[in-house]
Amino acid sequence: MDILIIFEHSNGKIHRMSWEAVAAGQSLAKDLGLTTAILILGSNVSELAEEASKKNVDEVLVADHPLLERYSSDGYSVALKQIITDESPTYVIMGHTYMVRDFLPRVSVALKKPLLCDLTGYYMENGNSVFTRQLFQGKITSDILPNGEPPYLLTFQSAAFQEDAVVDGSGASVRNIDVNLDKSMIRSQYEEPFQGEVGGVDLTAAELIVTIGRGIGKEENINMVKELGDTLGAQLGASRPVVDAEWLPTAHQVGSSGQTVSPKLYLALGISGAIQHVVGMKGSKNIVAINKDPDAPIFELADYGIIGDIIEIIPKLTEAIKNAKA
Amino acid sequence: MKICVLVKQVPGPDSPLLISDDKKWIQEEEIDYAMNESDSYALEEALQIKERLGEGEVVAASLGPDRVQKTIREALAKGADRGIHVKDDYPSTDSYVIAGQFALALKEENFDLILSGLQSDDTGMGQTGLMLGEFLGMSTSTLVMETDISEGKLRVKKELEAGWFQWVSMDLPACITIQSGLNTPRYPSLRGIMGAKKKEIKVMESTPQGELLQSLEKIYVPKKTKLTEMIEGDTDQVVAKLVDVLKRDIKVL
Ligand SMILES: Cc1cc2nc3c(=O)[nH]c(=O)nc-3n(C[C@H](O)[C@H](O)[C@H](O)COP(=O)(O)OP(=O)(O)OC[C@H]3O[C@@H](n4cnc5c(N)ncnc54)[C@H](O)[C@@H]3O)c2cc1C
Repeated sequence: MDILIIFEHSNGKIHRMSWEAVAAGQSLAKDLGLTTAILILGSNVSELAEEASKKNVDEVLVADHPLLERYSSDGYSVALKQIITDESPTYVIMGHTYMVRDFLPRVSVALKKPLLCDLTGYYMENGNSVFTRQLFQGKITSDILPNGEPPYLLTFQSAAFQEDAVVDGSGASVRNIDVNLDKSMIRSQYEEPFQGEVGGVDLTAAELIVTIGRGIGKEENINMVKELGDTLGAQLGASRPVVDAEWLPTAHQVGSSGQTVSPKLYLALGISGAIQHVVGMKGSKNIVAINKDPDAPIFELADYGIIGDIIEIIPKLTEAIKNAKA
Repeated sequence: MKICVLVKQVPGPDSPLLISDDKKWIQEEEIDYAMNESDSYALEEALQIKERLGEGEVVAASLGPDRVQKTIREALAKGADRGIHVKDDYPSTDSYVIAGQFALALKEENFDLILSGLQSDDTGMGQTGLMLGEFLGMSTSTLVMETDISEGKLRVKKELEAGWFQWVSMDLPACITIQSGLNTPRYPSLRGIMGAKKKEIKVMESTPQGELLQSLEKIYVPKKTKLTEMIEGDTDQVVAKLVDVLKRDIKVL
Protein backbone atom coordinates (compact mmCIF):
# COMPACT_ATOMS: atom_id res chain seq x y z
CA MET A 1 0.00 0.00 0.00
CA ASP A 2 1.01 3.64 -0.41
CA ILE A 3 -0.89 5.25 2.42
CA LEU A 4 -0.83 3.65 5.86
CA ILE A 5 -3.45 5.01 8.27
CA ILE A 6 -2.86 4.03 11.88
CA PHE A 7 -5.75 3.60 14.29
CA GLU A 8 -5.78 4.65 17.91
CA HIS A 9 -8.19 2.88 20.20
CA SER A 10 -9.00 2.38 23.86
CA ASN A 11 -11.54 0.09 25.54
CA GLY A 12 -12.52 -1.35 22.18
CA LYS A 13 -13.42 2.03 20.76
CA ILE A 14 -11.70 3.73 17.85
CA HIS A 15 -10.63 7.32 18.44
CA ARG A 16 -12.74 9.90 16.60
CA MET A 17 -9.60 11.41 15.08
CA SER A 18 -8.61 8.03 13.62
CA TRP A 19 -11.73 8.21 11.47
CA GLU A 20 -10.74 11.72 10.46
CA ALA A 21 -7.34 10.28 9.53
CA VAL A 22 -9.12 7.74 7.30
CA ALA A 23 -10.96 10.62 5.60
CA ALA A 24 -7.60 12.37 5.09
CA GLY A 25 -6.01 9.21 3.70
CA GLN A 26 -8.90 8.52 1.34
CA SER A 27 -8.76 12.10 0.09
CA LEU A 28 -5.00 11.95 -0.58
CA ALA A 29 -5.39 8.53 -2.20
CA LYS A 30 -7.95 9.93 -4.60
CA ASP A 31 -5.94 13.02 -5.48
CA LEU A 32 -2.65 11.16 -5.95
CA GLY A 33 -3.95 7.84 -7.26
CA LEU A 34 -2.58 5.84 -4.31
CA THR A 35 -3.64 2.73 -2.41
CA THR A 36 -4.54 2.72 1.29
CA ALA A 37 -4.41 0.47 4.32
CA ILE A 38 -5.49 0.79 7.93
CA LEU A 39 -3.13 -0.54 10.60
CA ILE A 40 -4.33 -1.65 14.02
CA LEU A 41 -1.86 -2.30 16.82
CA GLY A 42 -2.99 -4.16 19.90
CA SER A 43 -3.91 -7.48 21.33
CA ASN A 44 -7.14 -9.31 20.45
CA VAL A 45 -8.33 -6.63 18.09
CA SER A 46 -10.21 -8.71 15.53
CA GLU A 47 -13.44 -6.78 16.13
CA LEU A 48 -11.72 -3.50 15.41
CA ALA A 49 -10.18 -5.02 12.28
CA GLU A 50 -13.64 -6.08 11.16
CA GLU A 51 -14.96 -2.55 11.70
CA ALA A 52 -12.01 -1.08 9.74
CA SER A 53 -12.45 -3.52 6.87
CA LYS A 54 -15.88 -2.04 6.08
CA LYS A 55 -14.27 1.19 4.96
CA ASN A 56 -13.05 1.91 1.48
CA VAL A 57 -9.40 0.92 1.92
CA ASP A 58 -7.35 -1.66 0.07
CA GLU A 59 -6.23 -3.59 3.11
CA VAL A 60 -6.39 -3.84 6.88
CA LEU A 61 -3.20 -4.77 8.72
CA VAL A 62 -3.21 -6.19 12.22
CA ALA A 63 -0.15 -6.24 14.46
CA ASP A 64 -1.29 -8.40 17.33
CA HIS A 65 1.13 -8.69 20.23
CA PRO A 66 0.61 -9.00 24.01
CA LEU A 67 3.04 -6.13 24.60
CA LEU A 68 0.85 -3.87 22.48
CA GLU A 69 -2.25 -4.51 24.54
CA ARG A 70 -1.63 -1.27 26.36
CA TYR A 71 -0.02 1.82 24.87
CA SER A 72 3.61 2.49 25.70
CA SER A 73 5.86 5.01 24.02
CA ASP A 74 8.65 2.43 23.70
CA GLY A 75 6.41 -0.39 22.45
CA TYR A 76 4.65 1.73 19.86
CA SER A 77 7.87 3.39 18.66
CA VAL A 78 9.69 0.10 18.18
CA ALA A 79 6.72 -1.66 16.56
CA LEU A 80 5.99 1.16 14.16
CA LYS A 81 9.58 1.53 13.12
CA GLN A 82 9.56 -2.14 12.12
CA ILE A 83 6.21 -2.02 10.35
CA ILE A 84 6.95 1.15 8.41
CA THR A 85 10.32 -0.26 7.35
CA ASP A 86 8.74 -3.54 6.20
CA GLU A 87 5.73 -2.05 4.42
CA SER A 88 7.49 1.09 3.09
CA PRO A 89 4.41 3.25 2.51
CA THR A 90 4.69 6.72 0.99
CA TYR A 91 2.57 8.34 3.68
CA VAL A 92 1.79 7.32 7.25
CA ILE A 93 -1.24 9.14 8.61
CA MET A 94 -2.55 9.56 12.16
CA GLY A 95 -4.67 12.09 14.04
CA HIS A 96 -2.71 14.64 16.08
CA THR A 97 -3.85 13.18 19.39
CA TYR A 98 -2.15 13.27 22.79
CA MET A 99 -1.00 9.67 22.31
CA VAL A 100 0.51 10.42 18.93
CA ARG A 101 2.28 13.49 20.34
CA ASP A 102 3.88 11.12 22.86
CA PHE A 103 5.66 8.72 20.52
CA LEU A 104 5.59 9.68 16.82
CA PRO A 105 8.47 12.21 17.06
CA ARG A 106 10.61 9.26 18.23
CA VAL A 107 9.65 7.21 15.18
CA SER A 108 10.64 10.15 12.99
CA VAL A 109 14.13 10.09 14.51
CA ALA A 110 14.40 6.30 14.45
CA LEU A 111 13.57 6.22 10.73
CA LYS A 112 15.12 9.59 9.90
CA LYS A 113 11.92 10.51 8.09
CA PRO A 114 9.95 13.76 8.37
CA LEU A 115 6.99 14.17 10.71
CA LEU A 116 4.67 16.85 9.38
CA CYS A 117 2.43 17.32 12.38
CA ASP A 118 -0.79 19.03 13.38
CA LEU A 119 -1.66 19.66 9.73
CA THR A 120 -4.80 21.60 8.89
CA GLY A 121 -4.99 20.16 5.38
CA TYR A 122 -3.25 20.05 2.02
CA TYR A 123 -3.78 21.38 -1.46
CA MET A 124 -2.66 20.12 -4.84
CA GLU A 125 -0.17 22.11 -6.89
CA ASN A 126 1.25 20.75 -10.17
CA GLY A 127 0.25 17.24 -9.20
CA ASN A 128 1.95 17.45 -5.79
CA SER A 129 0.43 17.81 -2.37
CA VAL A 130 1.43 20.89 -0.33
CA PHE A 131 0.61 20.62 3.35
CA THR A 132 -0.69 23.43 5.55
CA ARG A 133 -0.29 24.02 9.26
CA GLN A 134 -0.75 26.81 11.75
CA LEU A 135 2.02 28.82 13.38
CA PHE A 136 1.82 31.17 16.36
CA GLN A 137 -1.26 29.45 17.76
CA GLY A 138 -3.33 30.00 14.65
CA LYS A 139 -2.40 33.60 13.94
CA ILE A 140 -0.36 32.62 10.86
CA THR A 141 -0.63 29.75 8.36
CA SER A 142 2.26 27.98 6.64
CA ASP A 143 2.80 25.74 3.63
CA ILE A 144 5.26 22.92 4.23
CA LEU A 145 6.84 20.14 2.22
CA PRO A 146 8.63 16.95 3.26
CA ASN A 147 12.21 16.50 2.00
CA GLY A 148 14.03 13.39 0.83
CA GLU A 149 12.62 10.00 0.04
CA PRO A 150 9.37 8.73 1.62
CA PRO A 151 7.92 7.51 3.91
CA TYR A 152 6.53 10.77 5.24
CA LEU A 153 4.73 10.82 8.58
CA LEU A 154 1.66 13.07 8.71
CA THR A 155 -0.67 13.95 11.57
CA PHE A 156 -3.83 15.99 11.08
CA GLN A 157 -5.37 18.45 13.50
CA SER A 158 -8.77 17.72 14.98
CA ALA A 159 -11.52 18.44 12.42
CA ALA A 160 -9.07 19.06 9.56
CA PHE A 161 -11.06 16.27 7.90
CA GLN A 162 -14.59 15.18 8.73
CA GLU A 163 -15.43 11.79 10.16
CA ASP A 164 -18.62 11.63 8.09
CA ALA A 165 -16.57 12.05 4.90
CA VAL A 166 -15.19 8.51 5.35
CA VAL A 167 -16.21 6.38 2.37
CA ASP A 168 -17.49 2.85 3.01
CA GLY A 169 -16.11 -0.05 1.02
CA SER A 170 -17.05 -3.59 0.13
CA GLY A 171 -14.90 -5.45 2.64
CA ALA A 172 -11.13 -5.03 2.68
CA SER A 173 -8.94 -8.06 3.27
CA VAL A 174 -7.27 -8.39 6.66
CA ARG A 175 -3.60 -9.35 6.90
CA ASN A 176 -1.75 -10.20 10.10
CA ILE A 177 1.77 -8.87 10.39
CA ASP A 178 4.57 -9.77 12.77
CA VAL A 179 6.30 -7.46 15.15
CA ASN A 180 9.35 -8.30 17.11
CA LEU A 181 8.98 -7.01 20.65
CA ASP A 182 10.25 -8.15 23.96
CA LYS A 183 9.76 -6.97 27.52
CA SER A 184 13.25 -5.52 27.83
CA MET A 185 12.44 -2.93 25.14
CA ILE A 186 9.72 -1.34 27.25
CA ARG A 187 11.31 0.85 29.90
CA SER A 188 8.14 2.47 31.29
CA GLN A 189 5.19 1.16 33.29
CA TYR A 190 1.79 2.68 32.64
CA GLU A 191 -0.80 2.73 35.43
CA GLU A 192 -4.61 2.85 35.04
CA PRO A 193 -5.93 6.14 33.62
CA PHE A 194 -8.12 8.17 35.98
CA GLN A 195 -10.37 11.18 35.66
CA GLY A 196 -9.38 14.52 37.22
CA GLU A 197 -11.51 16.38 39.77
CA VAL A 198 -14.73 17.55 38.17
CA GLY A 199 -15.96 19.34 41.28
CA GLY A 200 -19.60 19.38 40.23
CA VAL A 201 -19.01 21.60 37.20
CA ASP A 202 -20.79 20.07 34.23
CA LEU A 203 -20.66 22.40 31.27
CA THR A 204 -21.67 19.75 28.76
CA ALA A 205 -25.37 20.28 29.38
CA ALA A 206 -25.23 24.07 29.87
CA GLU A 207 -27.41 26.23 27.64
CA LEU A 208 -25.45 29.43 28.25
CA ILE A 209 -21.72 29.66 28.86
CA VAL A 210 -19.58 32.72 29.48
CA THR A 211 -15.92 31.86 29.07
CA ILE A 212 -12.99 33.76 30.45
CA GLY A 213 -9.66 33.91 28.66
CA ARG A 214 -6.28 35.33 29.56
CA GLY A 215 -7.51 38.69 28.27
CA ILE A 216 -9.22 39.20 31.64
CA GLY A 217 -5.76 40.27 32.80
CA LYS A 218 -5.82 39.56 36.53
CA GLU A 219 -7.57 37.55 39.19
CA GLU A 220 -9.46 40.54 40.63
CA ASN A 221 -11.29 40.89 37.31
CA ILE A 222 -12.80 37.41 37.50
CA ASN A 223 -15.54 38.75 39.75
CA MET A 224 -17.01 41.00 37.10
CA VAL A 225 -17.39 37.98 34.83
CA LYS A 226 -19.01 35.98 37.62
CA GLU A 227 -21.52 38.79 37.97
CA LEU A 228 -22.16 38.80 34.24
CA GLY A 229 -22.65 35.03 34.32
CA ASP A 230 -25.08 35.24 37.24
CA THR A 231 -27.08 38.01 35.59
CA LEU A 232 -27.33 36.05 32.37
CA GLY A 233 -27.95 32.75 34.16
CA ALA A 234 -24.89 31.29 32.47
CA GLN A 235 -22.22 28.86 33.61
CA LEU A 236 -18.57 29.91 33.70
CA GLY A 237 -16.02 28.39 31.37
CA ALA A 238 -12.28 29.10 31.27
CA SER A 239 -9.37 28.76 28.91
CA ARG A 240 -6.27 26.92 30.07
CA PRO A 241 -4.15 29.95 31.08
CA VAL A 242 -6.94 31.06 33.45
CA VAL A 243 -6.91 27.60 35.05
CA ASP A 244 -3.09 27.43 35.05
CA ALA A 245 -3.02 30.72 36.97
CA GLU A 246 -5.56 29.22 39.42
CA TRP A 247 -8.07 32.02 38.83
CA LEU A 248 -10.73 29.33 38.32
CA PRO A 249 -10.66 25.60 39.17
CA THR A 250 -9.63 23.10 36.47
CA ALA A 251 -13.19 21.85 36.25
CA HIS A 252 -14.13 25.00 34.31
CA GLN A 253 -11.64 24.34 31.51
CA VAL A 254 -13.06 24.06 28.02
CA GLY A 255 -10.98 22.40 25.32
CA SER A 256 -9.05 19.29 24.39
CA SER A 257 -7.87 18.80 27.99
CA GLY A 258 -11.16 19.91 29.50
CA GLN A 259 -14.83 19.73 28.63
CA THR A 260 -16.48 19.71 25.21
CA VAL A 261 -19.53 21.94 25.17
CA SER A 262 -22.33 22.84 22.78
CA PRO A 263 -24.47 25.52 24.41
CA LYS A 264 -26.99 27.76 22.72
CA LEU A 265 -24.77 30.75 23.57
CA TYR A 266 -20.98 30.70 24.01
CA LEU A 267 -19.70 34.12 24.97
CA ALA A 268 -15.90 34.12 24.61
CA LEU A 269 -14.26 36.98 26.49
CA GLY A 270 -10.56 37.65 25.84
CA ILE A 271 -9.99 34.26 24.20
CA SER A 272 -7.61 34.09 21.23
CA GLY A 273 -9.07 30.93 19.69
CA ALA A 274 -6.21 28.41 19.84
CA ILE A 275 -7.10 25.00 18.38
CA GLN A 276 -6.95 23.23 21.75
CA HIS A 277 -9.63 25.58 23.04
CA VAL A 278 -11.66 25.58 19.84
CA VAL A 279 -12.08 21.78 19.71
CA GLY A 280 -14.01 22.04 22.96
CA MET A 281 -16.50 24.72 21.90
CA LYS A 282 -16.86 24.82 18.13
CA GLY A 283 -20.12 22.87 18.35
CA SER A 284 -21.79 25.80 20.14
CA LYS A 285 -24.94 27.05 18.39
CA ASN A 286 -24.11 30.75 18.72
CA ILE A 287 -20.62 32.01 19.38
CA VAL A 288 -20.11 35.62 20.41
CA ALA A 289 -16.50 36.77 20.79
CA ILE A 290 -15.16 39.95 22.33
CA ASN A 291 -11.46 40.57 21.80
CA LYS A 292 -9.32 43.67 21.42
CA ASP A 293 -7.30 42.10 18.59
CA PRO A 294 -9.16 42.24 15.25
CA ASP A 295 -6.91 39.43 13.95
CA ALA A 296 -7.63 37.01 16.82
CA PRO A 297 -8.40 33.56 15.32
CA ILE A 298 -11.58 33.32 17.45
CA PHE A 299 -13.27 35.72 15.01
CA GLU A 300 -12.91 33.07 12.31
CA LEU A 301 -15.32 30.98 14.35
CA ALA A 302 -17.62 33.57 15.89
CA ASP A 303 -21.12 34.28 14.62
CA TYR A 304 -20.98 37.71 16.23
CA GLY A 305 -17.85 39.66 17.05
CA ILE A 306 -16.95 42.80 18.95
CA ILE A 307 -13.49 44.32 18.75
CA GLY A 308 -13.05 45.99 22.11
CA ASP A 309 -11.77 45.99 25.68
CA ILE A 310 -13.60 43.42 27.80
CA ILE A 311 -12.70 45.22 31.02
CA GLU A 312 -14.71 48.17 29.79
CA ILE A 313 -17.50 46.18 28.14
CA ILE A 314 -18.27 43.52 30.78
CA PRO A 315 -19.70 45.79 33.57
CA LYS A 316 -21.79 47.72 31.07
CA LEU A 317 -23.06 44.52 29.50
CA THR A 318 -24.08 43.22 32.94
CA GLU A 319 -26.02 46.43 33.60
CA ALA A 320 -27.71 46.35 30.21
CA ILE A 321 -28.76 42.71 30.67
CA LYS A 322 -30.14 43.52 34.13
CA ASN A 323 -32.22 46.29 32.58
CA ALA A 324 -33.37 44.12 29.71
CA LYS A 325 -34.48 41.44 32.16
CA ALA A 326 -36.24 43.89 34.49
CA MET B 1 21.05 14.59 39.77
CA LYS B 2 22.18 16.43 36.66
CA ILE B 3 19.20 18.18 35.10
CA CYS B 4 18.96 20.10 31.84
CA VAL B 5 16.11 22.39 30.77
CA LEU B 6 15.66 23.50 27.18
CA VAL B 7 14.41 27.07 27.05
CA LYS B 8 13.38 28.55 23.71
CA GLN B 9 13.20 32.23 22.96
CA VAL B 10 9.99 32.96 21.05
CA PRO B 11 7.88 36.00 20.20
CA GLY B 12 6.00 36.99 23.38
CA PRO B 13 2.20 36.84 23.54
CA ASP B 14 1.74 40.51 22.59
CA SER B 15 4.56 40.69 20.06
CA PRO B 16 3.74 42.05 16.60
CA LEU B 17 3.82 39.32 13.95
CA LEU B 18 4.63 40.92 10.61
CA ILE B 19 5.40 38.62 7.72
CA SER B 20 8.86 39.18 6.19
CA ASP B 21 9.27 40.09 2.50
CA ASP B 22 10.43 36.61 1.47
CA LYS B 23 7.35 35.17 3.24
CA LYS B 24 9.54 32.61 5.02
CA TRP B 25 9.26 34.01 8.56
CA ILE B 26 8.21 37.07 10.51
CA GLN B 27 10.16 40.34 10.67
CA GLU B 28 12.76 39.72 13.36
CA GLU B 29 13.36 43.42 14.17
CA GLU B 30 9.75 43.87 15.27
CA ILE B 31 9.58 40.93 17.67
CA ASP B 32 9.35 41.27 21.46
CA TYR B 33 11.00 38.06 22.61
CA ALA B 34 10.10 36.06 25.70
CA MET B 35 10.78 32.61 27.14
CA ASN B 36 8.40 30.04 25.65
CA GLU B 37 5.53 29.64 28.09
CA SER B 38 5.65 25.88 28.69
CA ASP B 39 9.47 26.08 28.96
CA SER B 40 9.09 28.42 31.92
CA TYR B 41 6.98 25.72 33.59
CA ALA B 42 9.69 23.17 32.73
CA LEU B 43 12.35 25.41 34.26
CA GLU B 44 10.32 25.80 37.45
CA GLU B 45 9.83 22.04 37.65
CA ALA B 46 13.58 21.46 37.23
CA LEU B 47 14.34 23.93 40.04
CA GLN B 48 11.75 22.30 42.30
CA ILE B 49 13.11 18.81 41.60
CA LYS B 50 16.57 19.97 42.62
CA GLU B 51 15.14 21.59 45.76
CA ARG B 52 13.17 18.48 46.66
CA LEU B 53 16.19 16.23 46.22
CA GLY B 54 18.41 18.68 48.08
CA GLU B 55 21.22 18.16 45.60
CA GLY B 56 22.01 18.43 41.93
CA GLU B 57 22.54 20.90 39.16
CA VAL B 58 20.14 22.64 36.76
CA VAL B 59 21.57 23.64 33.39
CA ALA B 60 19.56 25.89 31.03
CA ALA B 61 20.22 25.31 27.32
CA SER B 62 19.00 27.34 24.38
CA LEU B 63 19.66 27.26 20.64
CA GLY B 64 19.77 30.33 18.41
CA PRO B 65 21.67 33.57 17.74
CA ASP B 66 23.27 35.66 20.51
CA ARG B 67 19.92 37.13 21.59
CA VAL B 68 18.90 33.80 23.17
CA GLN B 69 21.49 34.43 25.90
CA LYS B 70 18.92 36.80 27.39
CA THR B 71 16.56 33.87 27.88
CA ILE B 72 19.37 31.76 29.37
CA ARG B 73 20.20 34.66 31.76
CA GLU B 74 16.56 34.78 32.80
CA ALA B 75 16.76 31.09 33.70
CA LEU B 76 20.00 31.71 35.61
CA ALA B 77 18.37 34.59 37.48
CA LYS B 78 15.57 32.28 38.55
CA GLY B 79 18.04 29.75 39.89
CA ALA B 80 19.57 27.62 37.14
CA ASP B 81 23.24 26.95 37.90
CA ARG B 82 24.78 27.44 34.47
CA GLY B 83 23.86 27.85 30.83
CA ILE B 84 24.66 26.30 27.47
CA HIS B 85 24.19 28.37 24.33
CA VAL B 86 24.08 26.24 21.18
CA LYS B 87 24.93 28.96 18.73
CA ASP B 88 23.14 29.11 15.40
CA ASP B 89 22.55 32.48 13.77
CA TYR B 90 19.89 31.09 11.45
CA PRO B 91 18.13 28.37 13.41
CA SER B 92 16.04 25.94 11.40
CA THR B 93 12.31 25.49 12.00
CA ASP B 94 12.72 21.71 11.54
CA SER B 95 12.53 20.02 14.95
CA TYR B 96 14.62 17.09 13.71
CA VAL B 97 17.49 19.44 12.94
CA ILE B 98 17.22 21.28 16.25
CA ALA B 99 16.98 18.08 18.31
CA GLY B 100 20.02 16.73 16.43
CA GLN B 101 22.02 19.85 17.25
CA PHE B 102 21.04 19.62 20.92
CA ALA B 103 21.96 15.93 20.96
CA LEU B 104 25.45 16.74 19.68
CA ALA B 105 25.90 19.63 22.09
CA LEU B 106 24.56 17.91 25.21
CA LYS B 107 25.69 14.30 24.75
CA GLU B 108 28.92 14.62 26.71
CA GLU B 109 27.10 16.14 29.66
CA ASN B 110 25.34 12.84 30.42
CA PHE B 111 22.27 14.42 31.97
CA ASP B 112 20.04 12.24 34.16
CA LEU B 113 16.98 14.23 33.26
CA ILE B 114 16.15 16.64 30.44
CA LEU B 115 13.02 18.78 30.58
CA SER B 116 11.45 21.14 28.08
CA GLY B 117 8.07 22.64 27.38
CA LEU B 118 5.75 20.36 25.40
CA GLN B 119 5.66 22.70 22.42
CA SER B 120 6.78 26.15 21.39
CA ASP B 121 4.45 29.08 20.98
CA ASP B 122 5.91 29.89 17.54
CA THR B 123 6.07 26.69 15.45
CA GLY B 124 4.13 24.52 17.90
CA MET B 125 5.45 21.19 16.62
CA GLY B 126 5.92 19.58 20.01
CA GLN B 127 8.72 17.37 18.70
CA THR B 128 12.11 18.68 19.85
CA GLY B 129 12.14 17.35 23.42
CA LEU B 130 11.01 13.85 22.49
CA MET B 131 13.32 13.67 19.49
CA LEU B 132 16.24 14.64 21.70
CA GLY B 133 15.27 11.81 24.05
CA GLU B 134 15.29 9.37 21.13
CA PHE B 135 18.66 10.64 19.86
CA LEU B 136 20.15 10.11 23.32
CA GLY B 137 18.41 6.76 23.92
CA MET B 138 16.45 8.00 26.94
CA SER B 139 12.96 7.12 28.22
CA THR B 140 10.47 9.80 27.21
CA SER B 141 7.07 11.21 28.03
CA THR B 142 5.13 14.28 26.96
CA LEU B 143 2.23 16.18 28.58
CA VAL B 144 3.78 15.84 32.04
CA MET B 145 1.71 17.41 34.83
CA GLU B 146 3.61 16.22 37.93
CA THR B 147 6.96 14.62 38.67
CA ASP B 148 8.23 12.40 41.44
CA ILE B 149 11.75 11.01 41.66
CA SER B 150 12.86 8.36 44.09
CA GLU B 151 15.49 5.64 44.08
CA GLY B 152 16.66 6.46 40.60
CA LYS B 153 13.18 6.09 39.12
CA LEU B 154 11.00 8.80 37.70
CA ARG B 155 7.23 8.75 38.03
CA VAL B 156 5.24 11.31 36.05
CA LYS B 157 1.58 12.20 35.88
CA LYS B 158 0.63 12.47 32.24
CA GLU B 159 -2.28 14.44 30.92
CA LEU B 160 -4.61 12.44 28.67
CA GLU B 161 -7.45 13.91 26.68
CA ALA B 162 -10.68 15.39 28.10
CA GLY B 163 -9.61 15.72 31.73
CA TRP B 164 -8.07 12.24 32.22
CA PHE B 165 -4.64 11.46 33.64
CA GLN B 166 -2.25 8.55 34.00
CA TRP B 167 0.85 7.85 36.07
CA VAL B 168 3.86 6.45 34.24
CA SER B 169 7.10 5.20 35.84
CA MET B 170 10.30 5.08 33.90
CA ASP B 171 14.01 4.54 34.24
CA LEU B 172 16.48 7.38 34.23
CA PRO B 173 17.96 8.92 32.18
CA ALA B 174 14.72 10.38 30.87
CA CYS B 175 13.65 13.23 28.67
CA ILE B 176 10.22 14.66 29.44
CA THR B 177 8.18 17.52 28.05
CA ILE B 178 6.08 19.62 30.37
CA GLN B 179 2.49 20.80 30.04
CA SER B 180 1.59 24.24 31.36
CA GLY B 181 -0.05 24.68 34.75
CA LEU B 182 1.77 22.01 36.77
CA ASN B 183 3.43 24.58 39.05
CA THR B 184 3.65 28.33 39.56
CA PRO B 185 6.78 29.68 37.86
CA ARG B 186 8.76 31.94 40.22
CA TYR B 187 9.91 35.46 39.52
CA PRO B 188 13.64 36.13 39.70
CA SER B 189 14.74 37.84 42.91
CA LEU B 190 17.01 40.87 42.83
CA ARG B 191 19.78 38.70 44.26
CA GLY B 192 19.09 36.13 41.58
CA ILE B 193 19.41 38.76 38.86
CA MET B 194 22.71 40.04 40.27
CA GLY B 195 24.03 36.50 40.78
CA ALA B 196 23.10 35.46 37.23
CA LYS B 197 25.69 37.82 35.79
CA LYS B 198 28.46 35.76 37.35
CA LYS B 199 27.15 32.37 36.23
CA GLU B 200 28.77 30.63 33.30
CA ILE B 201 27.17 30.36 29.85
CA LYS B 202 29.11 27.92 27.70
CA VAL B 203 28.86 28.78 23.99
CA MET B 204 28.92 25.84 21.57
CA GLU B 205 29.90 27.34 18.23
CA SER B 206 29.84 24.48 15.78
CA THR B 207 26.87 22.22 15.72
CA PRO B 208 25.99 21.95 12.02
CA GLN B 209 22.35 21.61 11.02
CA GLY B 210 22.73 18.62 8.73
CA GLU B 211 19.86 17.53 6.54
CA LEU B 212 16.47 19.20 6.80
CA LEU B 213 13.61 16.69 6.83
CA GLN B 214 10.97 19.30 6.10
CA SER B 215 10.91 22.83 4.81
CA LEU B 216 8.69 25.76 5.34
CA GLU B 217 7.73 27.03 1.89
CA LYS B 218 5.86 30.16 2.82
CA ILE B 219 3.80 31.73 5.57
CA TYR B 220 0.72 33.93 5.28
CA VAL B 221 -2.19 35.40 7.18
CA PRO B 222 -5.01 32.83 7.39
CA LYS B 223 -7.72 33.30 4.80
CA LYS B 224 -11.00 34.31 6.37
CA THR B 225 -13.89 32.09 5.35
CA LYS B 226 -16.53 32.65 8.02
CA LEU B 227 -18.98 35.54 7.75
CA THR B 228 -18.83 36.96 11.25
CA GLU B 229 -21.32 39.70 11.97
CA MET B 230 -19.19 42.43 13.52
CA ILE B 231 -20.96 44.64 16.03
CA GLU B 232 -19.49 48.13 15.80
CA GLY B 233 -19.69 51.43 17.63
CA ASP B 234 -18.56 52.92 20.95
CA THR B 235 -18.84 50.85 24.12
CA ASP B 236 -22.42 51.88 24.89
CA GLN B 237 -23.50 51.20 21.32
CA VAL B 238 -21.93 47.74 21.06
CA VAL B 239 -23.40 46.77 24.43
CA ALA B 240 -26.89 47.89 23.35
CA LYS B 241 -26.58 46.09 20.02
CA LEU B 242 -25.29 42.92 21.67
CA VAL B 243 -28.21 42.85 24.12
CA ASP B 244 -30.47 43.19 21.11
CA VAL B 245 -28.77 40.23 19.41
CA LEU B 246 -29.09 38.15 22.60
CA LYS B 247 -32.78 39.01 22.77
CA ARG B 248 -33.92 38.85 19.15
CA ASP B 249 -31.48 36.62 17.29
CA ILE B 250 -30.10 34.16 19.81
CA LYS B 251 -33.19 34.44 22.01
CA VAL B 252 -31.56 33.93 25.37
CA LEU B 253 -33.00 36.98 27.13
C1 LIG C 1 -1.77 19.71 24.46
C2 LIG C 1 -2.42 21.02 24.77
C3 LIG C 1 -3.66 21.01 25.36
C4 LIG C 1 -4.32 22.20 25.64
N1 LIG C 1 -5.58 22.16 26.17
C5 LIG C 1 -6.28 23.30 26.30
C6 LIG C 1 -7.64 23.28 26.74
O1 LIG C 1 -8.22 22.22 27.05
N2 LIG C 1 -8.30 24.46 26.84
C7 LIG C 1 -7.71 25.66 26.51
O2 LIG C 1 -8.37 26.71 26.59
N3 LIG C 1 -6.43 25.71 26.10
C8 LIG C 1 -5.70 24.56 25.99
N4 LIG C 1 -4.39 24.63 25.58
C9 LIG C 1 -3.74 25.94 25.46
C10 LIG C 1 -4.04 26.64 24.14
O3 LIG C 1 -3.09 26.23 23.18
C11 LIG C 1 -3.94 28.16 24.29
O4 LIG C 1 -2.68 28.50 24.81
C12 LIG C 1 -5.02 28.75 25.18
O5 LIG C 1 -6.29 28.26 24.79
C13 LIG C 1 -5.00 30.25 25.11
O6 LIG C 1 -5.91 30.78 26.03
P1 LIG C 1 -6.45 32.27 25.86
O7 LIG C 1 -7.14 32.40 24.55
O8 LIG C 1 -7.22 32.58 27.08
O9 LIG C 1 -5.12 33.14 25.94
P2 LIG C 1 -4.30 33.89 24.81
O10 LIG C 1 -4.04 33.03 23.65
O11 LIG C 1 -3.18 34.55 25.51
O12 LIG C 1 -5.32 35.00 24.31
C14 LIG C 1 -5.75 36.08 25.06
C15 LIG C 1 -6.62 36.94 24.15
O13 LIG C 1 -7.18 38.00 24.90
C16 LIG C 1 -7.17 39.18 24.13
N5 LIG C 1 -7.19 40.29 25.08
C17 LIG C 1 -6.22 40.67 25.95
N6 LIG C 1 -6.64 41.70 26.70
C18 LIG C 1 -7.90 41.98 26.30
C19 LIG C 1 -8.86 42.96 26.71
N7 LIG C 1 -8.62 43.83 27.70
N8 LIG C 1 -10.05 42.98 26.06
C20 LIG C 1 -10.32 42.08 25.07
N9 LIG C 1 -9.45 41.15 24.66
C21 LIG C 1 -8.26 41.09 25.28
C22 LIG C 1 -5.92 39.08 23.29
O14 LIG C 1 -6.06 39.86 22.11
C23 LIG C 1 -5.85 37.58 23.00
O15 LIG C 1 -6.50 37.26 21.78
C24 LIG C 1 -3.71 23.44 25.33
C25 LIG C 1 -2.45 23.44 24.75
C26 LIG C 1 -1.80 22.26 24.46
C27 LIG C 1 -0.46 22.29 23.82
